[in-house]
Amino acid sequence: MSNTLKLIALGLITLFSAMAINYARDLAYMVHAAIILLVAGGLFLYTLRRTGDPTPAIPQNEYFDSVVRAGVIATAFWGVVGFLVGTFIAFQLAFPQLNFDWLSGFGNFGRLRPLHTSAVIFAFGGNALIATSFYVVQRTSAARLWGGNLGWFVFWGYQLFIVLAATGYLLGATQSKEYAEPEWYVDWWLTIVWVAYLAAFLGTIIKRKEPHIYVANWFYLSFIVTVAMLHVVNNISIPISIWGSRSVQVMSGVQDAMTQWWYGHNAVGFFLTAGFLGMMYYFIPKQAERPVFSYKLSIIHFWALIFIYIWAGPHHLHYTALPDWASTLGMVFSIVLWMPSWGGMINGLMTLSGAWDKLRTDPVIRMMVISVGFYGMSTFEGPMMSIRAVNSLSHYTDWTIGHVHSGALGWNGMITFGALYFLVPVLWKRERLYSLQMVSWHFWLATIGIVLYAASMWVTGIMEGLMWREVDANGFLVNSFADTVAAKFPMYVVRGLGGVLYLTGGLVMVYNLWMTVKRAPAKEASLATTVPAE
Amino acid sequence: MEIYTLLRQFADSWVLLALFAFFVGIIVWVFRPGSSKTYNDTADIPFRHDDKPATDKEART
Repeated sequence: MSNTLKLIALGLITLFSAMAINYARDLAYMVHAAIILLVAGGLFLYTLRRTGDPTPAIPQNEYFDSVVRAGVIATAFWGVVGFLVGTFIAFQLAFPQLNFDWLSGFGNFGRLRPLHTSAVIFAFGGNALIATSFYVVQRTSAARLWGGNLGWFVFWGYQLFIVLAATGYLLGATQSKEYAEPEWYVDWWLTIVWVAYLAAFLGTIIKRKEPHIYVANWFYLSFIVTVAMLHVVNNISIPISIWGSRSVQVMSGVQDAMTQWWYGHNAVGFFLTAGFLGMMYYFIPKQAERPVFSYKLSIIHFWALIFIYIWAGPHHLHYTALPDWASTLGMVFSIVLWMPSWGGMINGLMTLSGAWDKLRTDPVIRMMVISVGFYGMSTFEGPMMSIRAVNSLSHYTDWTIGHVHSGALGWNGMITFGALYFLVPVLWKRERLYSLQMVSWHFWLATIGIVLYAASMWVTGIMEGLMWREVDANGFLVNSFADTVAAKFPMYVVRGLGGVLYLTGGLVMVYNLWMTVKRAPAKEASLATTVPAE
Repeated sequence: MEIYTLLRQFADSWVLLALFAFFVGIIVWVFRPGSSKTYNDTADIPFRHDDKPATDKEART
């Protein structure tokens, strides 16, 4: 019965996509219709061939780890893709000749930049969040993931979202909202996937076998719920035609700008912070083999963070049409955020108290600790930059780019690498990682890469800000925009080299994880997790 | 009264107070007597069911 419904739905989608290819008003829409046609048609045949086969029972006495393994692979893959595109566009900025003529309209900086940001935030970070949240919620609830194969729908549905978003950027389908570029039908699809994600996660928490909900799950849950709200509100738009990718935003002017940065800053606050704090609260205690420093502090951290972050968005709109009171409100809340951020950082770091010697022997924990260190550093820098006077110097300069990257590469990247190094031996039942020395190499390559990146962007950002505001004795501006571009060249090369180091570290990690699965000794049979049938 | 003015008034008064009270309430709740024992137990959750889900018999309430 359910197969019949599935076949009808997939058949209708296939038919609709075929019509959409025919009526398509723009290239991006046509390519997307073709992708959906192939996926839906392929699933139709797959379902048809399996109709009548007995469905294997879902083993409730085992964790649903296959989807987590797929998520780990996807995280590593999209990570390298995102770093590669980022390094390339860094060199495009330093050497504009790299905007090749033959790639014009597809591979120039303007098209590749959203590809880079979405690849690292949503593809690398998003897959890391989905995979680790599925792993953590099962372990801390002592229950299998809810919803049967819903986990697979979330995983593959999310990959489809990534492919549609990425191809859309290259072909020019964008609604021009930073970090929310995908057009209307891609937004609708993500909404469906996200609701399924929420259902799988919440369902597992509801059927948990522990009386309490572990704090990591609170952070993951707030990330899922808030991102759903942000995504829906920021993407309220009316398609111009059902056969085209263009749409018109419902809100306009400063209301639209405020909604966009309410979304944009909370994407940082809940996607890149709350979700990754969920990782921190599980993987640091696991790797350090001791419970979190203060569970009370973690609860206060949670409530303070979600109460305050949601108000910080207006600091992106200083000196704009936004009323002063609103941008002051955003600024004040950004500064208050110092407290929960540093409370959380202290909680993460102090988890190691009494086990600091592990920093010498275990490069994985070193990676996690430096990620929390970068979290503290960028949550210090961010509130400072949100102060109106500082912002007048830093806004629109490369300082912002440097700030984002010390947070994204340092905090999100490093904690994800730590989690991957923890997860691969566990998920593939290996005794240990293939090479700890390679983890050390990765650690240093990534750290030096970030230092080069952040330092060069501080220099170029502050220089640029000062050059823009420099006036001569008669009150005329001294520098043209092109002067600042020329002056930034050496720093742009250094930034690109930082990217090369970070990318190399990522490749070392992929090789190490691959060899862990292929070569590292398997866990002894006595320790293996064979589960007796009940 | 315009909706904006009405909402603004709520935001400035009762809702602000309610949110603040809720937040203070959480902090007080976290430090309630006997909470340390509960939280020590909760903080140990990650170390309990690494390999397989708990059966109904093992479920803790």
